[in-house]
Amino acid sequence: QVQLVVPVAVVFSPGSVPGDLPRPLPFRDVQEMEISVNLRSSVTSRYEMLFRGTTAQEEAALAAVTAREVDAALRPLQDSSMGSLTMYVVPETSSLLPQGISVYVGKHRSALVRAGRSLAALHPRLRQVTQMMSFTATSIAAALSDRVPNGQLSPDARRYLKSSLGYEITFSLLNPDPKSHAVDWDIEGAVNRYVRPVVDKLSLVANFSVDSQILYYAVLGVTPRYDKESSSFLLSAHSLPHVINPVEARLGSSAASLYPVLNFLLYVPERSHSPLYIQDKDGAPVSTNAFHSPRWGGIMVYNVEAPASPQASLPLHVDVDMARVMEVFLAQLRLLFGLSREELPPEFLLESPGNEGLADWELDHLLWAHTVENIATVSTTLTSLAQLLDKIGNIVIKDDVASEVYQAVASVQSAVSKLAMGHLHSAFQASKEAVTSSERAFFDPSLLHLLYFPDDQKFAIYIPLFLPMAVPILLSLAKIVRETRQRKKEPTKMD
Amino acid sequence: GMAAAALLLLLVAGPGPGRTSAGREQRDALREELLLSPLPTGDVAATFQFRTRWDADLQRGAVSHYRLFPKALGRLVAALGVRELHLALTQGFWRTRVWGQPPLQAPAGAELWVWFQPTVTDVDKAWKELSNILSGIFCASLNFIDSTNTVTPTASFKPLGLANGTDHHLLRYAVLPREVVCTENLTPWKKLLPCGSKAGLAVLLKAERLFHSSYHSQAVHIRPVCRDASCLAVSWELRQTLTVVFDVFSSGQGKKDWSLFKMFSRTLTDSCPLASQSTVYVDISPKNKEKELLEVTPPPTSVHEAIVQGDKKTYAVYDLLSPSLFNTSRSLNVQLKWKRPQDSSEMPVPVLHAQRYVGGYGLQTGEICTLIYNTHPYRAFPVLLLETVPWYLRLYVHTLTIITKGKENKPSYIHYQPAQDRRRPHLLEMLIQLPANSVTKITIQFERALLKWTEYPPDPNHGFYVGSSVLSALVPSVIAMKDVDMEQSPLFTSLFPSSDGSSYFVRLYTEPLLVNLPTPDFSMPYNVICLTCTVVAVCYGSFYNLLTRTFHVEEPSRGGLAKRLANVIRKLRGVPLL
Repeated sequence: QVQLVVPVAVVFSPGSVPGDLPRPLPFRDVQEMEISVNLRSSVTSRYEMLFRGTTAQEEAALAAVTAREVDAALRPLQDSSMGSLTMYVVPETSSLLPQGISVYVGKHRSALVRAGRSLAALHPRLRQVTQMMSFTATSIAAALSDRVPNGQLSPDARRYLKSSLGYEITFSLLNPDPKSHAVDWDIEGAVNRYVRPVVDKLSLVANFSVDSQILYYAVLGVTPRYDKESSSFLLSAHSLPHVINPVEARLGSSAASLYPVLNFLLYVPERSHSPLYIQDKDGAPVSTNAFHSPRWGGIMVYNVEAPASPQASLPLHVDVDMARVMEVFLAQLRLLFGLSREELPPEFLLESPGNEGLADWELDHLLWAHTVENIATVSTTLTSLAQLLDKIGNIVIKDDVASEVYQAVASVQSAVSKLAMGHLHSAFQASKEAVTSSERAFFDPSLLHLLYFPDDQKFAIYIPLFLPMAVPILLSLAKIVRETRQRKKEPTKMD
Repeated sequence: GMAAAALLLLLVAGPGPGRTSAGREQRDALREELLLSPLPTGDVAATFQFRTRWDADLQRGAVSHYRLFPKALGRLVAALGVRELHLALTQGFWRTRVWGQPPLQAPAGAELWVWFQPTVTDVDKAWKELSNILSGIFCASLNFIDSTNTVTPTASFKPLGLANGTDHHLLRYAVLPREVVCTENLTPWKKLLPCGSKAGLAVLLKAERLFHSSYHSQAVHIRPVCRDASCLAVSWELRQTLTVVFDVFSSGQGKKDWSLFKMFSRTLTDSCPLASQSTVYVDISPKNKEKELLEVTPPPTSVHEAIVQGDKKTYAVYDLLSPSLFNTSRSLNVQLKWKRPQDSSEMPVPVLHAQRYVGGYGLQTGEICTLIYNTHPYRAFPVLLLETVPWYLRLYVHTLTIITKGKENKPSYIHYQPAQDRRRPHLLEMLIQLPANSVTKITIQFERALLKWTEYPPDPNHGFYVGSSVLSALVPSVIAMKDVDMEQSPLFTSLFPSSDGSSYFVRLYTEPLLVNLPTPDFSMPYNVICLTCTVVAVCYGSFYNLLTRTFHVEEPSRGGLAKRLANVIRKLRGVPLL
């Protein structure tokens, strides 16, 4: 049974303390929530809340003019360990938050919340913020998507990347028509400017490698439809699934590593097919001219402006506007990691993560999900290993495999206990170790199923013995049956 | 000192920087070349070479943005600390004696040799990993490379690119003579080309024609080269080469005339737009001092003369980048016609060639014989011989004899590493002096080992291959050579450059050998099981019957068929029945 413990500090600034507090400040409270995964298993989440008043330093920090300044000033005063959250409750009439906004989530692990009229009114708001900043029932369900029954899963849940020890991000520029377009992209600069900060921040979660390539004569698998009205070419939403396969053959596999690859393709359509636009399901053009494929990556179509004079010499030189491209790709990257910032209640305001591309609490959000997923993966791996051993009785488990299994069990137990103590970071590390050991044990070459001679084949070899021996036995059995039948019939005759 | 060390003195001159596009200067360049050379037998050899040069240091690991250089190979070089990589997949055997020196040499099957960086600590592990990854990239069975077929030659394979030291512990060499090369190996090879097979010379690479040939060899060479004349920075060079020999004589109704379309069933329509050079060379060297025996159409852009491998060669050059070429017709279909039938009786014999076979009879012992020919009229030269023999042929080194012109020839350098059963093969390297106009016979006897029954490959009665032996030599030139600019001469010369004007480097591979090993009858255990089981079952059956059957006296029956027949006849006759 996995229990996720989130330490939350709720700090009441002067003038925001509601009247219906059950006890005088400071006091502790615990809220538990059960997230059921399937019929048999569930995950308990436990918010250990500490209600207290502000310290003098916090009071000084909260005196700043804007929410952003408050956020920056409060940073050094918080408990900065991963997974812990701090909620600052400000008076209902505070001017720190803009009109109509009741929750402001900063770049780090804190939020400013309007007090409301009573603690009862504050509680649902607090719960909403803490869940968003740590994990929600859907994010846990998505992490355990292998165990959740099919019907109960939101379509988004299958989009997120599986937890892995590393990811490879590959940017590919597809130029199907090098005769007409000489496309240049400053990918090195763009990676350093936009991708590197995000990846550095994410390096806590996994190892990342970033590279890029240019592929010539790589075409999409579908021929776009010509639209006379707009004199442009259109790719409809339903044809998008067919786009990727032919391209993927050219992308090249990552032979040198086993990590999953995230592909981001920039497609410059050939001259005879430009401009090319992607249509959504309703037939309206997609504003970004891009789409993403769950657990795979994203594709963006980059149209080249037609030259002013038709006599312009070919190839046409094209310099890709990397800021525009990277904005789309980074949004897709966040989407693939389940860090989308859409679907927010209107009274929420999120501070933009700025150059880092990722707020601290978003990282925690990822760590929660990945830790839970890792624990689930380890238990699945070890269960299937046990099943294999049950099936093949004479399989040999070598000492090193056995020690990997013990190691995996110990690590996963430590991860579970660390989660129950609220130590997110060490729990994540332990879960990663558990995954490594369990995979090493499971994929050990000595456990190859085919190495063991199946029993049914042994039987086949001895068929020449069994068959002739069975013939007289069967014949005499048949004879016995015949005789007993005869014997049964005879008494009736006597009558 | 070792004469071998001087064998491969390298002169690496780099080409100029790539074609600059309108924007910033590109740091990589692609050059594509095709050499068509009629062979003395009437066959035609076509050699493609695609050279990608990248002015970046792959080793640092910092580079991860690829343009023309394929990412799969670049990552491999960076991740595994590869300094130089040479992989060749060959179907068929280059007949040096009748076809002359091959422009690019390769043994039958798969050959892989790699120099690792000095920073690589566990070379064997990196080698294993590398061969597995390459096996995945090229769909070849390179994953069968293990310690039983890997050797570390001390002198035969020197780095072909920039190298600080030549510590041969960083070298690994393996040949898989049994490897069959086919379309599935060609497709990934073509995929590494920047233009794929969509444009440029690569459009000719149509698998069904390429494998309908006498010889097919495709290779990948990666090596570091000097960026410029001062050689302060390193560039990386990837050469993808493909040699194919078409038998036009038999497919062309006894005529030796050929055209691009006849051989490849395609013609050239353009160059790869990414290439800074795209050239077709046709070897039109006059033979026997008779001029103008042949005619090429359309007229070439230019004619180039060079001395290649000790021979004066004349090439008709078609520059696909020159706009005049496609002015008259939309496609280029190079054709060659012989003006009058050529007497093919006289064939120039190459200065160095070799032959190898297995001698002896029975399944216990045997003998490997290698004949090396030096046909140079007056110059002697040394040759380095590399033999790798699998462990299951146990070489008797004391039986090694080298005989030239009836006398024993003592090698000036011998390196022998005996095999270890199931762990490593025999490695024999010798430097042998070949006197002028001589045949040298090298024999060594061996005993066949018995394998465990699980060690036999599928179809063991086909025999076991022993990889080609490798001959490396600096062959003195018959005609004087000028120091030519390597970059100007077509294709292959800059991979194995000559060290000075008077000699040229040759690497030759002999035939692979096919040796029969004592092979058990693999169905025997099953036959024995069947037979014994049947005997046991029959015995069991009769005992069972004896034990279970109840015996009782049978009343005389009403008679058999004979009696009934008799009764029928009696009825007809009206006589009382029996």
